[in-house]
Amino acid sequence: MTVLALSDVAKRFGPTIALDGVKLELRRGEVHALIGENGAGKTTLVNILAGALQPDRGRLEIDGNVYAPTSPLDARRSGIALIHQELSLAPHLTVAENILMGLEPSHWGWLNREAARRKTLEVLESFHHPEIRPDRRVADLSIAARQVVEICRAIAARANIVLMDEPTSSLQRDDVAHLFALIGRLRHEGISIIYISHFLEEVREIADSYTVLRDGRSVSTGPLSTVTNEELITDMVGRPVENLFPSREPVQGGQVMLEVRDLSAPPDLKQASFDLHAGEILGVAGLMGSGRTEMVRAIFGLDPAQSGTFKLRSRTVAARGGSPTLRLLQGLGYLSEDRKGEGLALALSVADNTTMTRFASCSRWGWLDRSAQCKQTEAWIRQLGVKARNPIQPARTLSGGNQQKVALARLLHQDADVLLLDEPTRGVDIGSKAQIYEVIARCAAQKKAVLMVSSYLPELFGMCDRIAVMSRGTLTPARAVKDWTPETVMLAAIGGREASAAGVAASRTMAEAKG
Amino acid sequence: MVGEIKIETTSARPGLLNLWLARLGPFIGLILVIAMFALLTESPGRYLSPFNLRIVLAQTVIVALGAIGMTMIIVSGGIDLSVGSVIALSSVVTALMLRAGYPPVTAVFAGVLVGGMVGLVNSLVITWLRVVPFIATLGMLGIARGVAKWIAGQQTVNVPQTWVNELAVTFPTPPWLLLAPGVWVAVLLAILTAVILRNTVFGRRVFALGSNEAAARACGIPVQRLKLWIYSLAGLYFGLAGVTQMSRLRQGDPTVAVGAELDIIAAVVIGGGSLSGGEGSILGSMIGALIMAFLRNGCQQMGWPNYIQEIIIGGIIVIAVAIDRFRHSRIYA
Repeated sequence: MTVLALSDVAKRFGPTIALDGVKLELRRGEVHALIGENGAGKTTLVNILAGALQPDRGRLEIDGNVYAPTSPLDARRSGIALIHQELSLAPHLTVAENILMGLEPSHWGWLNREAARRKTLEVLESFHHPEIRPDRRVADLSIAARQVVEICRAIAARANIVLMDEPTSSLQRDDVAHLFALIGRLRHEGISIIYISHFLEEVREIADSYTVLRDGRSVSTGPLSTVTNEELITDMVGRPVENLFPSREPVQGGQVMLEVRDLSAPPDLKQASFDLHAGEILGVAGLMGSGRTEMVRAIFGLDPAQSGTFKLRSRTVAARGGSPTLRLLQGLGYLSEDRKGEGLALALSVADNTTMTRFASCSRWGWLDRSAQCKQTEAWIRQLGVKARNPIQPARTLSGGNQQKVALARLLHQDADVLLLDEPTRGVDIGSKAQIYEVIARCAAQKKAVLMVSSYLPELFGMCDRIAVMSRGTLTPARAVKDWTPETVMLAAIGGREASAAGVAASRTMAEAKG
Repeated sequence: MVGEIKIETTSARPGLLNLWLARLGPFIGLILVIAMFALLTESPGRYLSPFNLRIVLAQTVIVALGAIGMTMIIVSGGIDLSVGSVIALSSVVTALMLRAGYPPVTAVFAGVLVGGMVGLVNSLVITWLRVVPFIATLGMLGIARGVAKWIAGQQTVNVPQTWVNELAVTFPTPPWLLLAPGVWVAVLLAILTAVILRNTVFGRRVFALGSNEAAARACGIPVQRLKLWIYSLAGLYFGLAGVTQMSRLRQGDPTVAVGAELDIIAAVVIGGGSLSGGEGSILGSMIGALIMAFLRNGCQQMGWPNYIQEIIIGGIIVIAVAIDRFRHSRIYA
């Protein structure tokens, strides 16, 4: 039985076409996966369903009746609930207040706390979580418990269609298992779910049917059991993907550019030692929160290190008391994993962002030579294939992949000898990924030393000469890439103790690899 | 897949120290301030005398009334910088009405309403024109002050003797009132607003809005309309503060209460309000207002110059917020 039917839905923002003819059918009690690359229009579609945006054309039907929501409230009343990428709870309020937000039981505006408590308990009951009490503050709950609260909110509104927008993106693997159990329970109760993700393995595990979006169109749909992953990927990308990684000569030995000994930065980083040679790419694998990012930040002086030494071009310095200013002078360059937060100054121009770490190249006596700055930036734009109209365009207006290229251009402009790259291809479309790999490989060929942190195993295997694995704050010795397999890396990452749980995490990274 | 799931609750529970700081912090601050000056002055009896307490309370009324409105705004994640100007405008409007011979009730009503109107305009600018509250109310700070000077003809407005002038006196008539009528009004309004924030749908939505606006919107709470109500209601309190100001000076003064918004915001923050929204209480804000009043009064009793008061109050604000940050880092670490 079809609960929700979409036909020919389209939406544009100015000159950008976000959706251009989407067709989708959702049946009662099924989990329907909506898959597609970043920018395929998944989030726009969800916002239309949730009443936050109105489509330019197309028809939406719920149970055969026309559905044209003009606000989130409309959508909620029609039985549609949205569960966001990031949890959207009010941390200062109680569990009951969050679950009943917008539907508070009241009499003439006066809250009925007893009724609120009763209603909350009713909803919570089916989840068997005695520790989530209605009067607890949400800020005091774990992430997993918060997700339960959020799902309860959907149920409290008597939703029969739940939209989940990449719900696992901020979850650890245990919490993913909890979430899947919750989804199973919802399906059992006849609630339909649209599940958005680009992790194919995850989709395989939880969904019954699928629709692939590409460039704002629905390109294929059907039961998941009838397609292979390869077919799905071809639909997502529009062409078979090959030769993502540039071919490079394996590098061994060479001059040591950075020697790190017994670096620690509590609480997240306990011990890390490694050598980084000129012309090599050293990969660092590990789970989220294992201390990978903290290690790079401590090396670059962004977070205080407690102990340890560095040797930079045969000069030994203490790890303690380092600052980014000092490290820049010592020839280190850093690419942040958080592009929007600290990687780029989004409001500034591409030129400012590119030349920021070495204004000296285009200034004299503290005066900036704008035309020299633009000329230098233009050279980088050409070299890295950044899609930008001009160098004075604000970085904010570029796509994620192009922003990342600007961040890389800054490192190249800085002319650092040692590149510390934290998740260099996070949130970047596949075309830009290939170009970024190309740039990294070129840096190594120019005898720069590259440290690359990534949670995307195939990229480590495709790019690196050696790999070290971070596990609970301790870095394993680096070994040549041929001595590792994805399985041994995962095992090292989880410290060998929770081998059974490795499955989910490993399959997630592998799935993304194929995509 | 369907089955029981065990979920551990996080260990990041607020410790006893945290609860202690959150609930009792402002109280302890108030007691410390009073105790300090009681010991410092040569005659603690005089500092703690009913006479002096009455003076302090009468002095607090204006900041307290403002802080009630400001608490709603700050809890909702907003800010209003135009309060000082609104107080001046409302005091001038009340005085002009009295001088023109309107009945005192009408004049007071008009003064309060002017505050509400300004609040409504602020919220319309914030919601329709999408100007952030800081800027919208910064603009209003200038506009309201200018309008006050304009309609007052750039001078103070003297008023005939009516009961309005007795609202905030130190020694009320009849004497059985003990405290100025304005103090009683402020106490009643504080209790009323505290109950509204705690026990009504409106009140809890104010907290929801300040805690996570996106979540509130996604849950179908009419966020824009809610903001109109919050700023307009708060504006009524600011208008009443203006009437009280007129009553204390016994004239409408368009240049009065410059910078009052900072005292009022400080009272809310000292009382545990968070400028990022979602936190704050009327009781806390009232204690915050009292802390500042007792400080001022104590410094006067000691014969310390004005600048010492300013330095001390500045320091207290920073310390209060630092304590708040400390609590937060433990809750959200």
